[in-house]
Amino acid sequence: MAANTNMEAQTQDMNTGVPPMGFKVIAREFVKDKGALIALILLVLLIVGVMIGSYVVDQNEIMWVSLLDQYAPPGDKFLLGADSGGRDIFGQLLIGGRNSILIGIAVTFITSIIGITIGLIAGYYGGLIDNILMRIIDFIMVLPTTMLIIVFITIIPNYNVWTFVFIMSAFYWTGQARLVRSKALSEGRRDYVSASKTMGTSSLKIMFREIMPNLSSIIIVDLTLNFAANIGIETGLSYLGFGLPSSTPSLGTLVSYATSPDVLENKTWVWLPASLLILVLMLCINYVGQALKRAADSKQRLG
Amino acid sequence: MWKTILRRVVVMIPQVFILSIIVFALAQAMPGDPFTGLITPQTDPAVIENLREQAGLNDPIPVQYVRWLGNAVQGDFGQSYTYKIPVASIIGQRAGNTILLSLLSFILTYLIAIPLGMLAGRYNNSWLDKIVVIYNYVSYAIPTFVLALLMLWLFGYTLNWFPTSGSVDVTLAKGSMDYYLNKGFHLILPAITYALLGTTTIIQYLRSEVVDAKTQDYVKTARSKGVPEKVVYSRHIFRNSALPIASTMGYQITGLIGGSIFIEKIFAFPGMGQLFISSLTSRDYSVIVALTLLFGVATLVGTLLSDIIMTIVDPRIRID
Repeated sequence: MAANTNMEAQTQDMNTGVPPMGFKVIAREFVKDKGALIALILLVLLIVGVMIGSYVVDQNEIMWVSLLDQYAPPGDKFLLGADSGGRDIFGQLLIGGRNSILIGIAVTFITSIIGITIGLIAGYYGGLIDNILMRIIDFIMVLPTTMLIIVFITIIPNYNVWTFVFIMSAFYWTGQARLVRSKALSEGRRDYVSASKTMGTSSLKIMFREIMPNLSSIIIVDLTLNFAANIGIETGLSYLGFGLPSSTPSLGTLVSYATSPDVLENKTWVWLPASLLILVLMLCINYVGQALKRAADSKQRLG
Repeated sequence: MWKTILRRVVVMIPQVFILSIIVFALAQAMPGDPFTGLITPQTDPAVIENLREQAGLNDPIPVQYVRWLGNAVQGDFGQSYTYKIPVASIIGQRAGNTILLSLLSFILTYLIAIPLGMLAGRYNNSWLDKIVVIYNYVSYAIPTFVLALLMLWLFGYTLNWFPTSGSVDVTLAKGSMDYYLNKGFHLILPAITYALLGTTTIIQYLRSEVVDAKTQDYVKTARSKGVPEKVVYSRHIFRNSALPIASTMGYQITGLIGGSIFIEKIFAFPGMGQLFISSLTSRDYSVIVALTLLFGVATLVGTLLSDIIMTIVDPRIRID
């Protein structure tokens, strides 16, 4: 049955010429969906702008406390005003944005390595190994993650950026592992894998060189969506005061100045830009992720 | 069906145990013991040692764990370091508020999501559907604390429509009609914020279910029998499409727990989430341990509920 539909699909392809492959599909998707193209351009501009901007500005100068400029409104001296310590909001926005984006990338990277490896192992071997790994994953997924991360952060001595990244990664690899596992499970039963096994290819090679490339589109989509989610989680924790250490300002730290009702009500320039930057980043990354998702699934493609 | 449910409950037992071990390990790693705050620098070390011995803090770890678990099951989490009263009574004071807020948010979530999902599915590709899709996309992408802050700033401070903090106006006499109305009034803004964030999955699910159902045979049959279009949607399609939604109910509890920390802090709402944050700030570890265990069990129960509802509404996943 499955072979039949495959044959049909192939004959159709032959009639309509070679279907677009790889990056061409993605490019076509973005050309077709103007919203996604705008989101992508905006995202690239924002990330490049924040990265370059944060290296151009002098962090020491920005974090310099000058009480004379306390809560200076936006104007000539400060583009976006100043906070309770008279520190430039715009500069803090650049530095916080850079930190939040880099942490998001780091966590996404680490969780993907763990998630993909475990997902491949569970899906490829199946049986008992799969069962054990899945029970562990199921368990981690039902934990109250936010609370546990916060508790870990408060009790860990010598707490720094890297411990934060590792604590976050320890809880957020499960989604990716689950996704990769379900795909690897069906992929591992295909003929090319059996053929490779008969030829004596090592399991490691089959998993990472043969199965993984076939899952690459799903993995890329998941990476994008995870990146957005991780930025959201990091800024949220930093907002509560349990995220990045105070020496490393994040966008969440800037938003957390709004804890004071006076700042929230009357000094919107302190917290609103950071909130909006987080929001725009999340919207853009998610939109790009959705477009990639459509490109990865031939049934949903627009282009 | 009962077999599946029973099996699912049995799976939960080791989960609760592992959770309790994790929480106990965390509690051990936290500085301080039940006497922190009771002892002054002048206290004789021998007295402290005696107290520790009596409280069993010198026993082997497994013995301590069993005793701790036994106490926890009976609701005894020891004394709060800060307030010097039993942890259970502090949590008891706050639990009511959180449960009330969660309940209202839960109802609002479905009140918003079901009509939107049905309409978007019924008129898919219309302007209404497009608006719902955009709304859904934004509510999926926006982080909880950003939405909560924006809502508080816009409706609480700028427009002055809603109170900006607390769960009730303290000047009102307890038990009066005004007291309850005021309490409800304080709940609205945080509950709506919660609900807006919770609708995403439900709308998405319902919309695609309805779009799929439109071309199904049973709908064609109903139409050809002359059933009015309105009834086709409200009776035939809705009943079939709403089934998968039922299973999301338990997961809503999980979402409410994670969200309560942010929402209650931002709206200064005296519930368990806010208690958690304030206990962390004041390093009141016995309260933190109790809350972590409580929220952990609540999440496990939420997932269990989801699975049970799923087996009830969908016979296909039952095992015999």
